[in-house]
Amino acid sequence: MSENGHHVVSPKIYATILAALLIGTFVTVQAAKIDLGPWNIVLAMTIAVIKMSLVILFFMHGKYSPRRTQLVIISGFFWLAIMLGLTLTDYKARHPEPSRVANPPAIVIDRA
Amino acid sequence: MHRTGELYGQYKTLDQQKETATFGMWIFLVTEILFFGGLFLTYTINRHEFPTAFGIAGNMLDLNLGFGNTIVLIASSFTMAMSVWSAQTSRKKAIPVWLIATLALGSVFLGIKVVEYKQKFDHHLVPGYHFDVTYCSNNPSACGLSGKELEDERKEVREYIEAEKEYAKQLGLSDPSAGIAAVNAHAQLYFSLYFGMTGLHALHMIVGAGLLLWLIVQSLKGRFDANYNTPVENIGLYWHFVDIVWIFLFPLLYLINRHLA
Repeated sequence: MSENGHHVVSPKIYATILAALLIGTFVTVQAAKIDLGPWNIVLAMTIAVIKMSLVILFFMHGKYSPRRTQLVIISGFFWLAIMLGLTLTDYKARHPEPSRVANPPAIVIDRA
Repeated sequence: MHRTGELYGQYKTLDQQKETATFGMWIFLVTEILFFGGLFLTYTINRHEFPTAFGIAGNMLDLNLGFGNTIVLIASSFTMAMSVWSAQTSRKKAIPVWLIATLALGSVFLGIKVVEYKQKFDHHLVPGYHFDVTYCSNNPSACGLSGKELEDERKEVREYIEAEKEYAKQLGLSDPSAGIAAVNAHAQLYFSLYFGMTGLHALHMIVGAGLLLWLIVQSLKGRFDANYNTPVENIGLYWHFVDIVWIFLFPLLYLINRHLA
């Protein structure tokens, strides 16, 4: 704690986070070269989310922020989840995916 | 924003005043999350719709430049965090040093981005009239492609064109150019999103660089110390946010289909 009551994160923690982020970057590049089928994207996004969490919690002091600020941070991702989640479920439910239908209906393509 | 660190009338303590500023900064960052979120959503849907085109187009990016840029940006986040620490602990001489390091790393990032963009223009991968996804496989020397790399790229592009031709046949189109036209159309979607997303990110970096310049001038005047460092902290939050956006852009744009390359 500094004299004005704010939590000061030590350079040691910052350096540890830096190292973790660099390792994460290296791992994600190497993992991308292995064929994991549909799991490649899952793994890449998991690593990205972990890296993001480290940046928010330590570099951006999310871990040491007052509850009110933490609520704002969480609400941001909550709204993002609404936008992504509801749009994607609608997209999935509504879309007939013509490119994967065996005998797609005849459509007119305007090739100007 | 208060400039000298005095207590304004509407606050009880300096702490409360600072917390309010940080709170406001976070609300701004939430709008930024949603701003970029729209682009990530567009990307997700288009990638889902045209996975092969996005895979092929994504493999046309230079992985080494993207990887290098990720390292540079993460390092700049660290130096930014260190300038906040210097301010919080009243190390007045160290603040501008860390800030200048952050600005330098940010500039390196933008410089590498310029090299990448230039490469995409040279390779005919900028959406528009001259866009041609087969340019590099037809003019390998202009793209510095040779050996196995060239073979792989040719094979990838050829197979995809065949797949699109097959699909065009199913639709009853007999035009022989249907395959390549579809490939170019879908690959352009990818590159439109590539330039849109990295461009918006780069714009944020440029704004951040301007803010850093202002911070450097202020810190050289000795404005910031343990009692007053709100601008350093809040611009730091902005800088870290821009870093987070790149943490997602890098795997989504550069890494999606590397395992097939």
